[in-house]
Amino acid sequence: MTKPITGAQMVVQALKDQGVDVVFGYPGGAVLPIYDEIFLQEGIKHILVRHEQAAVHAAEGYARSTGKVGVAIVTSGPGATNAVTGLTDALMDSIPILVISGQVPTFMIGTDGFQEADTIGITRPCTKHNWLVRDTDRLAPILHEAFHVARSGRPGPVLVDIPKDVQFAAGAYVEKSKTDVSRYQPRLKGDPAILTMLAEAMATAKRPIIYSGGGVINSGPVASQLLRELAEETGFPVTSTLMGLGAYPASGDKWLGMLGMHGLYEANLAMHGCDLMINIGARFDDRITGRTGDFSPNSVKAHIDIDPSSINKVIHVDMPIIGDVAHVLEDLLRIWKSQGRKTDKEALAEWWRQIDEWRAVDCLGFENSEKVIKPQHALKRLEELTRGMDRYITTEVGQHQMWAAQYLRFDEPNRWMTSGGLGTMGYGQPASMGVQMAHPDSLVINVAGEASWLMNMQEMGTMVQYRMPVKQFILNNERLGMVRQWQELLHGERYSQSWSEALPDFVKLAEAFGAKGIKCSDPADLDDAIMEMLNYDGPVIFDCLVEKHENCFPMIPSGEAHNTMLLPNAKTQGQITGTGAVLV
Amino acid sequence: MNRLNIEQGSSRHSAYDLRNPNADLIERHTLAVIVDNEAGVLARVIGLFSGRGYNIESLTVAEIDHTGHTSRITIVTTGTPAVIEQIKAQLGRIVPVHEVHDLTVEGPSVERELALFKVSGDGEKRVEALRLADIFRASVVDSTLKNFTFEITGSSEKIDAFADLMRPLGLTEMARTGIAALARG
Repeated sequence: MTKPITGAQMVVQALKDQGVDVVFGYPGGAVLPIYDEIFLQEGIKHILVRHEQAAVHAAEGYARSTGKVGVAIVTSGPGATNAVTGLTDALMDSIPILVISGQVPTFMIGTDGFQEADTIGITRPCTKHNWLVRDTDRLAPILHEAFHVARSGRPGPVLVDIPKDVQFAAGAYVEKSKTDVSRYQPRLKGDPAILTMLAEAMATAKRPIIYSGGGVINSGPVASQLLRELAEETGFPVTSTLMGLGAYPASGDKWLGMLGMHGLYEANLAMHGCDLMINIGARFDDRITGRTGDFSPNSVKAHIDIDPSSINKVIHVDMPIIGDVAHVLEDLLRIWKSQGRKTDKEALAEWWRQIDEWRAVDCLGFENSEKVIKPQHALKRLEELTRGMDRYITTEVGQHQMWAAQYLRFDEPNRWMTSGGLGTMGYGQPASMGVQMAHPDSLVINVAGEASWLMNMQEMGTMVQYRMPVKQFILNNERLGMVRQWQELLHGERYSQSWSEALPDFVKLAEAFGAKGIKCSDPADLDDAIMEMLNYDGPVIFDCLVEKHENCFPMIPSGEAHNTMLLPNAKTQGQITGTGAVLV
Repeated sequence: MNRLNIEQGSSRHSAYDLRNPNADLIERHTLAVIVDNEAGVLARVIGLFSGRGYNIESLTVAEIDHTGHTSRITIVTTGTPAVIEQIKAQLGRIVPVHEVHDLTVEGPSVERELALFKVSGDGEKRVEALRLADIFRASVVDSTLKNFTFEITGSSEKIDAFADLMRPLGLTEMARTGIAALARG
């Protein structure tokens, strides 16, 4: 029997057993015993954020860029409620994180004590699972189970709420290897009968497409490798959701670019016109499908997903395959090869000819300017000047995010961190800290809009304190660009509350935090300014003043089908009407 | 390319029914959900239904295995076939949920509900209430000079019918347990 240790000691011990090297957090009354143990130990680095929401997004950035579980520690009450946005974000995008929250002592629960909140009740719908620990002896097994649940199956956020008396009390520590996690074991292997059907369909398909998503990245590097192998083996074109960028390389010759509302023309038309759709780890999100009744009307659809509830939720599929992407693709490729299957080469060549015609439309073309920096141009230059670098990108939410997805190119998974499902403005800056902590020697850039960026700007202090050389690349149009674009398109150009008044001087702001500020407004200076940012060893705020009224195209107006895209220079006013205007 | 030869409604090759999700037919299903008997598990199940806009017509829950710490939740819900499938899949991914059974499609099952009725009256009405209770095999579990309390067990329809008859005879209060159900055989 091991010597009893306190609950607070168990927390640190369990984190070490799970291989945690960095946690993001903010202390407070109900987690003081845990912070005492953090003070007394070495091995786990604690990053003191300036707001609990940022701790959770930082944990997300850490998780997305490493595939490991990100950890945040917050206190009770407001600490926990501030974590809710990050938890919901992680739930929507299937990101494995653990939030440890303090709670008032067990004997005070329910008395409306100081900084008491029903954290379990509040976070129940925004976690995969959560636990209130009432007994110190249960603490270690619960923490180990929490890690297991967060990373297994469809990954997601979990929360463990620990009352202060449980942190002080002593109990028996249970090691990771002795914790029973058998009650949660999602299925990994796909049904071979359906995989055989899929192989048959792949052999006869004339207009196939692979539609990959974040599930490929969540499944691990092997899944991305197998996706590339599948594309190579079959010659099928590959498109991806916002979440899945990098799983198939942007430099690969089967790459069509991102699909969806602001996806590429060729990707969306190929989705609309295909006869076989292979969905690998994506979930038919409404940003992807547009009007579901007209979504890819003539295709047979296969859907590979580890979460049974994703199947037939939005789009009815013919071949549902429940399993982990890496396991399923491995089996699919084995079946394909062992049966000696071959694709219809002639039909595929015709399909690629058609795709090339769509490509010729050049949907990402834009009118550049010598007077003002176009946001698309800024991102093209950023891409050009960072090519080949060990680079990670995070974003905020809005037009800049879509432009980043369109113009930046990702050849590896886990290099692109963006808030997709929840669309959380304020995500990118703290997420970039999490990425930088996981990859201290890599280049981390947060592509931001000035409005989103201001939502968590306090974190500049954290970056300066821990010397994180993150580059904040702000495309500043002094507008809430995406809101403004929608108001132009469907609210009669009434720009209600969608401009950024009284913006700070970002250069002075950077200097006030102890970081470097760079401002650029002339296209002729852009390359030099970007190089100055890249060459500076420390955190930088780059204030890139861009065209104020640029719209993000291509665009499928909400409520429309894939083949009704608006291309650049489209007549934009009144394009979305009736039922489409009700949608977001 | 021809569509693959997968018949709608067939589910031979997967855990999932391939019925047409666009069918507007609303069906009533009885689900039995076996869960860990831990704090908050009922809130997770109910929260799922309210959060995703599903219907609950009846819900019962009680511990069924004290040593194994498991409870059985019986839920009667309505929805299109696609919604019912979605409900089952969503229930299945709650961590403390062990099994989800759709008793409506898994074969014949028995459903029973228990209800208590308080009927107040005198004279002829009181005699008539007793007579009808006898026909419905309801038993008297409490009586005063003014009231009878009847206990009745049966299908929900039978209890509805009994309530309809008792109303004019002085039905003042009613308590129903909701449905408990088991597969036959």
